[in-house]
Amino acid sequence: MALNAANTGGFFYLVPFVVFFPVIGLLINMILGGKMGEKAVGAVACLASGLSFMVAVLLGVALIGRPEGLTVPYLDWISIGNLQLNWAFQVDTLSVTMMLVVGGVGTLIHIYAVGYMHDDVRHNGDPKRFRRFFVYFNLFIAAMMVLVSANNYIMLFVGWEGVGLCSYLLIGFWYEKGKDGIGNSLAGKKAFITNRIGDFGFLIASFLMFKYFQPLAAKGIFTYTFDSVARIAPQVAPAVILAITLFLLLGVTGKSAQLPLYVWLPDAMAGPTPVSALIHAATMVTAGVYLIARSHALYSLVPTAQNWVSMVGAVTALFAATIALAQFDIKKVLAYSTISQLGFMVAAVGMGAYVAGMFHLVMHAFFKALLFLSAGSVIQGIERGEHHVEHDPNLRKRMKNETHFDPQDMRNMGGLRHKMKTTFWVYIIGALALAGIVPLAGFWSKDEILTKASELNPTIVWILIAAAFLTSFYMGRQVFMVFFGKSRSEPATHANESPAIMTIPLIILALLSVTGGFINFPIFHTFTTWLEHTFTAGVESLAGREVIAETFNFSIAILSTVVAVSAITLAWYFYIRRVKDLEGMPLNKRADDPLRPILGPVFTLLENKYWVDEFYGYVVVKPFIWVSKFLADKVDWAFWHDFFHDKVLVRSFNAVTRFLAGSIDLGIIDGIANFLGDGFKELAAQMRKLQTGFVRNYALSIFIGVIFIIGYLIIRLG
Amino acid sequence: MVSINYYLGLAIILFTIGALGVLIRRNAIIIFMSIELMLNAANLVFVAYARYWHAMSGQIFVFFIMTVAAAEVAIGLALIVAIFRSKASIDVDQINTLKG
Repeated sequence: MALNAANTGGFFYLVPFVVFFPVIGLLINMILGGKMGEKAVGAVACLASGLSFMVAVLLGVALIGRPEGLTVPYLDWISIGNLQLNWAFQVDTLSVTMMLVVGGVGTLIHIYAVGYMHDDVRHNGDPKRFRRFFVYFNLFIAAMMVLVSANNYIMLFVGWEGVGLCSYLLIGFWYEKGKDGIGNSLAGKKAFITNRIGDFGFLIASFLMFKYFQPLAAKGIFTYTFDSVARIAPQVAPAVILAITLFLLLGVTGKSAQLPLYVWLPDAMAGPTPVSALIHAATMVTAGVYLIARSHALYSLVPTAQNWVSMVGAVTALFAATIALAQFDIKKVLAYSTISQLGFMVAAVGMGAYVAGMFHLVMHAFFKALLFLSAGSVIQGIERGEHHVEHDPNLRKRMKNETHFDPQDMRNMGGLRHKMKTTFWVYIIGALALAGIVPLAGFWSKDEILTKASELNPTIVWILIAAAFLTSFYMGRQVFMVFFGKSRSEPATHANESPAIMTIPLIILALLSVTGGFINFPIFHTFTTWLEHTFTAGVESLAGREVIAETFNFSIAILSTVVAVSAITLAWYFYIRRVKDLEGMPLNKRADDPLRPILGPVFTLLENKYWVDEFYGYVVVKPFIWVSKFLADKVDWAFWHDFFHDKVLVRSFNAVTRFLAGSIDLGIIDGIANFLGDGFKELAAQMRKLQTGFVRNYALSIFIGVIFIIGYLIIRLG
Repeated sequence: MVSINYYLGLAIILFTIGALGVLIRRNAIIIFMSIELMLNAANLVFVAYARYWHAMSGQIFVFFIMTVAAAEVAIGLALIVAIFRSKASIDVDQINTLKG
């Protein structure tokens, strides 16, 4: 039976399950996980994520028959006055693309994480925490699915906040570890707070939307849906749309780590590597790009905002790439690389090249997840080598009393291509994909962005090409430092390959990185056609704006390939040829990086990340803490508690109580009672005088009484 | 015959003397004698009117009064003896322990 619109339409209604399968998975792990073993917990989590992916695939199949998509209502959430917020699922090509990425890459990372966390919880000494990891991981998938399947801005924000929460929980997973025992928690806190500043932007944009869009909405009731916003936007004053889009940009800089709010992402590397791969490379950070793509109706109306977005993206891309040049931690290089690639994506969607941006998002998810997971494999290989060295007395002597061995420092690696062959090959594939070497995935997507940029916004092209040059250079640097040359430490000499449960997802991701680019191969442009259904649906102003006829720009393709190859050659020169000269010298005499003598102070500037964190600390955090301390110590404690509460309130209250108790209760009320009592006592005392005990008085009173009675009788009756 | 007023007058005089005696005299036995005197004054009135109206009931009633007087004297004298035993005196002014 052929699949066509008629019989696949039913799949649309499965969409709530993209959210609910991970929720069910996390509930099972939370409630029953203590009794299941590690294998069962991992299996449940992977299955939940995998089923979510399957549903996304079925939704994709349904969309083939009905490309304009469908909105599947679920429940009415808030209905107050002019505001009507419903939880409905928007199944269109854009959201299903995201769902496929989140579900697919997410499931692969889940499988990898089972192997990774098995080692990690033992390395960190708390095997019981395995279950908690997968509960949080499934929660993340659920929240991300809520984000991408939402049909209105507020439901998207619910998912937005949810992924922010999961990011915090997972970065601070080893909350008692890190620098000084709180490093990881501080990193989680930094991520959450920086994201919150972005959320503030998102919220202000939402409030502006309500204020200006609601009067123009159907029946005056505003639902925040993307369709209604797209419909109403052209009728609203452009200044308002500009404000809304700029505030949304603030939200995007927080979530997608652009200037100025990117500072949380490098610190987020404190979390376990699967977290870095899933959240901080493939999915959560792309939520900002998705948001701009979703708001294409708003951004197309204000070219000023588009300029801002693409400038922010491009400058971030270059800025982060420069920092990545001088980082020594393997994950930090990849973190700055992510910020840089996100800059590419934001620049693309900022210019209006939504398809190019989304294409790069999907490709980047593949190879960046691959790179992070491989880096995790490398780190665990080094840790296994370290473990081997710790337990072998002969080798320990050779470790030269290093104060603290950092398994993530690339200066301690080297020559791993012999020890970890699978990881080596997949890493090469990932690095070449990121550098944009044809025919790997990154080439096609980056090329498309550069082509679009040359058409739409030429200034940015040169910034992006510079960033691409640096990207290839630092990836070459990283590959040469880690895998080539001679091993620079004992643990690196004794490293070994990771188990299959970790290497198989890596191989799958490598295959995707190789073949993924062909979904938008220049002549066929399958992906563009697929996404166009969303971007032109029902919005007349955009019809035909991004119609397919993109020609493949040979000159851009050749330029970018030349740039990438020359950067890798330069990296080879420094890190293979030059470093050989330095290897002869003992560890404390040789410079750690061949670039340092050449760039000198610039290298230190880059290594210290332009001291941005310190700057923020001084300009933002310190005054804030000062104000908090002032408010807490002086205003709250000294004034409110010590003075106002203790002196004013307590004393006055006591005075009133004393007055009521003493003067009124004792004085007046007791006075009345005592007065009555005393009155009666006086009366009794007086009456007592009658009782003289004197018999003759009694006799006299009887006598007088008799006289009165007889007198009365005589007078009355006489 | 002698007019009834003279009997009544005598009875009044006797009653007054008895009443004054009760009120003034301190000796308990004298008070009892005064009480007897008052009772006998009443008897005299009863008998005088019985003779005047030729009604025997008055003279019968005198018997009742005398009986009561006798009983009363018995008890009263017993009381006086008891008081004397505790106070060694029959001065009624000294029986004032019920003074409040």
